[in-house]
Amino acid sequence: MPSYDTLIIGGGHNGLVNAAYLARAGKKVLVLEKRHLVGGAAVTEEIYPGFKFTEFSYVVSLLRPEIVRDLNLPAHGLEILPLPSTFTPMLNGDYIAFWDDHEETHNEIARHSRKDADAYDEYGRLMYHMAKAVRPIIGMIPPDPTSLSPNDLRGMLKMGMHMRGLGEEKFYQLFKLMTMSSGDYLDEWFETDALKGTKAASGIIGTFMGPRSPGTAYVLLHHYMGEIDGAFRAWGFAKGGTGGISNSIANAARSFGAEIRCNAGVAHVIVKNGRAVGVALDNGDEIYANVIVSSLDPKRTFLKLIDEKELPNDFVNDIKRYKTRGSSGKVNLALDALPNFTAIPKKEMVMQTLRGAISISPSVEYLERAYDDAKYGNFSQRPYMDMIIPSLIDPGMAPPGKHVMSIFVQYAPYNLNGGWNNEQRDAFGDAVIDTLSQFAPNLKEIILHRQVLTPWDIEQITGLTEGNIFAGELALHQLFFLRPSPQWANYRTPLHNFYQCGSGTHPGGGIMGAGGRLAAMEILKDSK
Amino acid sequence: MILPGTPFHPRTSDLCQPHNWRRWGKYIVAGSYELSPEREYWAIRNSAGLLDTSPLNKYIFQGKDATRVVNRIITRDVNKCAVGQVMYTTWCDENGKVIDDGTVHRVEENLFFVTSADPNYRWFCENANGFDVTLQDVSDTTAALALQGPNARKILQTLARAEMDSLRYFSVMPNHLREIPIMLSRTGYTGDLGYEIWMENKYALDVWDLLMEVGDAYGITPIGILALDIARVEAGLMLIETDYTSVRKAVIPDQMSSPYELGLGWTVALDKENFVGKRALVQENRRAPEWRFVGIEIEWDSLEEIYARKNLHPHLPLQTVRESVPLYDGDNQIGYVSSRCWSPLLKKYIALAHLRAPYFEIGSRVEMEVTVEHERQRARAVVGKTPFYNPERKRK
Repeated sequence: MPSYDTLIIGGGHNGLVNAAYLARAGKKVLVLEKRHLVGGAAVTEEIYPGFKFTEFSYVVSLLRPEIVRDLNLPAHGLEILPLPSTFTPMLNGDYIAFWDDHEETHNEIARHSRKDADAYDEYGRLMYHMAKAVRPIIGMIPPDPTSLSPNDLRGMLKMGMHMRGLGEEKFYQLFKLMTMSSGDYLDEWFETDALKGTKAASGIIGTFMGPRSPGTAYVLLHHYMGEIDGAFRAWGFAKGGTGGISNSIANAARSFGAEIRCNAGVAHVIVKNGRAVGVALDNGDEIYANVIVSSLDPKRTFLKLIDEKELPNDFVNDIKRYKTRGSSGKVNLALDALPNFTAIPKKEMVMQTLRGAISISPSVEYLERAYDDAKYGNFSQRPYMDMIIPSLIDPGMAPPGKHVMSIFVQYAPYNLNGGWNNEQRDAFGDAVIDTLSQFAPNLKEIILHRQVLTPWDIEQITGLTEGNIFAGELALHQLFFLRPSPQWANYRTPLHNFYQCGSGTHPGGGIMGAGGRLAAMEILKDSK
Repeated sequence: MILPGTPFHPRTSDLCQPHNWRRWGKYIVAGSYELSPEREYWAIRNSAGLLDTSPLNKYIFQGKDATRVVNRIITRDVNKCAVGQVMYTTWCDENGKVIDDGTVHRVEENLFFVTSADPNYRWFCENANGFDVTLQDVSDTTAALALQGPNARKILQTLARAEMDSLRYFSVMPNHLREIPIMLSRTGYTGDLGYEIWMENKYALDVWDLLMEVGDAYGITPIGILALDIARVEAGLMLIETDYTSVRKAVIPDQMSSPYELGLGWTVALDKENFVGKRALVQENRRAPEWRFVGIEIEWDSLEEIYARKNLHPHLPLQTVRESVPLYDGDNQIGYVSSRCWSPLLKKYIALAHLRAPYFEIGSRVEMEVTVEHERQRARAVVGKTPFYNPERKRK
């Protein structure tokens, strides 16, 4: 007799969202998390006494508003603080900044190019329309275009109508965005290198592609999606780090009656007569349930937890081919004081600047060169970096007067020449600090502690295959009805009673929670 | 005539980027220090916001009969206010209609410090005739700052000479910040953990500088009226001239309100000795109130539907809108909203409203007028509990 309606493997944010929705619908739910805390890649840990690191993921822009509302996350502790600007120091000592005020940003860009300043307004409007066009797809169960089932046909029809409704011009733009490289797309709009570099950077985050690789323009759009919800936008820095988001979802899930067990790694899924019936834990315990859901990435789910023989061959091959190339690392610093970015021209601007994001992306070429290193198996000697100083946004992240700095670093290939080891990790950390010191010369003197996370470390700690932050690349061939595999994009799997809900399912990565929610809806539909 | 700044103006004028000065009483204060008040709002909820509240009116009642005089004026029973305690209260005219609301600080047995939104000197004096009391208007000589937010206590602890950890919610004590004599009360208008600091004008800049210096490590942020206005709606706190009209400025009876109609029945101590308006309030208390001041939440799905008709996403008031909007039940207008805003923390569209019986009951469903692309629409809303946001730390 199963003791639970649903077992959810993995307490990442999607697993927790899935649990919360199922528990809310009255299901008896148990979440199994292998680590000592929930959150997966959205965790906050005190790695160095008194300093809290938002260890892996660090900002949030895409958390679905309907999830915030349905689960009333603010009542469970979710607070998203504004991250008002992006500041890009340039190699010549100048900078370009994007403020939260439209006019200020216009003036700032005009300092570099009046044409770009005007184009930026137009570009912003177009991206808004594009994001609005694509957004309904995020909330949709991907229809299978080859299927004749009424649900799939309805879905395809809905999509077709939606695309027709866009009108010719927008449809062409959308097609361009879907197929072009972010570098080429931005060249059509702008002339300022640092502007293009900074915008192109959001097209490469988490992918093993350079800004000149076709397909990266879509990722630009993916990151624009959070903007569209206006005031509801969940864009910013979560109080307490991204662990604060996970904890609020976990609290919501518990309030609906879900049980969450930490230090409970799943060794394998128990399959009987082609049906998933339970799981065996690392400690040998077996737990049975009517439905099993995995929030892990597709490779870990289908190649590690399930005996290949229980799955169709073509499906297993698809999953083996599913691209999860890790391309980024993370460096978290405990700081004795604030870094002195020399590109900040005036003292009054220091705090205003450091409270936002700081991007090391002086040009598209800089990014492409960083990618060149990675293409041939090395980490970038001069990497792209996206930084925030969480302690300036939420003073609770560090002791009074001290600071923490979160540095996202790309590229760092999972398959490094010679493999990752302590020496290579240190060398990678040094490359990051050396590059940054060019822009903030006091950095080395103020570091109290440094945590360097390579893609290998990310895999070891969170379980994400190859340390891929999106649980599978956000490349066109791995999106929508192809994520993670054709015919199995609707959260079901070839194994009866076994579902998937992680970022490796539609609509993919970032702290969105959409996979967890949509999967819960499908599970509830099937259980009727 | 150029309106004067407060004693903090030499500091605040250097910081106020948008120059969006707001008129408050006879002074001007900053609307916000940054172009958007968002970060200032979050300082109130997440670190510490520093607000210049000097334009408040401030009075000192002192003398043998001070207690009797204060008790004649206000609707609450000041005999229940211990030394070191602060009371929020209203005061009314003879007909039991609200003149103003404010706080009464019992600093000593027979020494009261009273704050109010409007000038009240004449009214207070008229009610002190024949009593042994001296009444001072210290509005222009006393500067005031509110330090509000979860880190407010930590900042003050590092500066206060006398132990203030145990200063309870709605209490007041004399203290020093380093060498500077101040009066410190645990009060505010944000619904959060917070304090107000009262000082002679000559100390104003030194206190500002001290707080900013020590507060830096705790995220202290100067905040303007716009951020405050969001926090006070979340806290369900009413604002004179916006949410109600003082009887002194009312032109017709409909504009006048009793404490009961404003949801402030709890501030009326009918069992105490005679006070201004008592007779009328005793009578009114026998009747069921016709109106009540309540909080409502506008439903998201309903907003989305209304805006979707125009192919738009909901447009939300990112600053508190102080304007009257009708509330309906079907074709009947049953009340009006007087303040509304999008709560950045609760992620809800909230409003303070006046509703007729029986619509003011919690859970009651109403409709609010929303203008979308110049067309009047109605969004569903529900009467909820105020304060909308009420963190434990406020009282702890």
